[in-house]
Amino acid sequence: MSFNPLTLLFGDPSSDQVVPPKGNSAWLTGFASGAMAFIAVFALTLSLAVGRLADYWSLDLARTATVQIIAEGDSLSAQSDAALRVLRSTPGIESAEIIDKSEQLALLEPWLGSNLPAESLPIPQMIDVRLGEEGPDVDSLILRLKAEAPDASFDDHSTWRAPVLAASQRLRLMVALSLALTAMITVIIVVLSAHNALASNRGIIRTLRLLGARDSYIARAFVRRITMRATIGAVLGMGLAMLAVVSFPRQPEANGLLSGMSLSGADWVYPFLVPVLVGISAYAASRLAARYHLHTVT
Amino acid sequence: MISLKNAGFSYGTRAILKDVNQELAAGSFHFLTGPSGAGKTTLLKMCYLSLMPDSGAIEVLGQDVSRLSREQVTQMRRRIGVVHQDCQFLNHLTIRQNIALPLLVAGKNIEDYMDNLEDLLAWVDMSGRADAYPEEISGGERQRLALARAVIMDPDIIIADEPTGNVDWEMGQRILTLLVELNKMGKTILLATHDLNLIRSIKGRVPASVLRLKDGHLSLAGARL
Repeated sequence: MSFNPLTLLFGDPSSDQVVPPKGNSAWLTGFASGAMAFIAVFALTLSLAVGRLADYWSLDLARTATVQIIAEGDSLSAQSDAALRVLRSTPGIESAEIIDKSEQLALLEPWLGSNLPAESLPIPQMIDVRLGEEGPDVDSLILRLKAEAPDASFDDHSTWRAPVLAASQRLRLMVALSLALTAMITVIIVVLSAHNALASNRGIIRTLRLLGARDSYIARAFVRRITMRATIGAVLGMGLAMLAVVSFPRQPEANGLLSGMSLSGADWVYPFLVPVLVGISAYAASRLAARYHLHTVT
Repeated sequence: MISLKNAGFSYGTRAILKDVNQELAAGSFHFLTGPSGAGKTTLLKMCYLSLMPDSGAIEVLGQDVSRLSREQVTQMRRRIGVVHQDCQFLNHLTIRQNIALPLLVAGKNIEDYMDNLEDLLAWVDMSGRADAYPEEISGGERQRLALARAVIMDPDIIIADEPTGNVDWEMGQRILTLLVELNKMGKTILLATHDLNLIRSIKGRVPASVLRLKDGHLSLAGARL
């Protein structure tokens, strides 16, 4: 049995004629492929959003740290100055800036509300630290901070960044697994649909063979029809999914998972790969089914 | 043209054909007759390479069919025109497209055969129905359509299985006349029928022989017509 994949692109009107235009499996193939493409595009978008979130946690926050000083009065001021001196003189640290009280109150406002009694709140002094690419020697920095500012503690966010990163990696893995399952289900549906199409057209196959048609000719006719239906379904499914993604509420300034459910730049290429992959899978699956079916039907 | 040598065929343990020996010469006309269930269709299927004998051998167009590759079987089927009682058409194609189907599956350019197609449509008296669909035509028209489709590839052999089984006497005669014309053009005809009147009606038109199939054995019945 010989196949020329180019006939799928440029068409084979002669073989196309022999397959009835409608059949039980016609809508099934298109609808199932469309639904699978819709799910796949959504999963892809989710995967990309998770990826961006993971990048944010692993890259942006990895290059920040916080020094917290819990003290009162003159001691707080003295320790803050000392800590700043230590930080600014440490190799691997780009900058160290005190977060002033009004900024801290603004950060607390979403949780504690406005009109906070700023003076009476025991708010610790925070220092925002920007790390260089290499980063500092953390152990020696902590020792120096303890010596100069005993009430200071250094936090490079690693304790809570690690589980978030692990969770995002796990989520990406699950999305990848979902995509693989979606692809597998698509292939199974196409195979079943191809078997159904071939079985329900057994009389036509018998007639074509008696008229001198090669099995490759018969198979090509069915494979092309099924592949076209699956691809058209996948294109529609992809289109609907992209519309849904575009209409998703966006907050560019936020870095949450839901607000990141969007496509940008090169990301737009990925959804277009879905119908292509569905088409290739449908071609391979229907070809396999046709080969098996025609081989077993004498 | 077709040579059966001790050919046998069984469905399970039931032997349908036993040691069938017969030579069908090129350009000959044969009726195949016998009671229902005698194995006429089975014998025809073996002649048009739809079934292979369990025992013995069949040579078609000088070749032992059991030695043919799949591709060779396909090529040989294009040289045999088959007309079934229950004509099998592609109902989503028009009459013209159905007649052209053998050309289509053989990869021929239909445009090159348009004259032949129109001639064939006129020959079977269906020029006015060329754009109709198989489900829209009568039983007699379906048989003539099947005959036109069977000869579009200019085959050497025409095998017809009860082509007049579902039509009235007049239509049966029209179909027989078409087969006689094909035989006069040199085609070998093998026609299965249990209609003795149809067989008798050929007398004097072309030389024909009657093969009778009974109890799995094939024999020449009576004198040549």
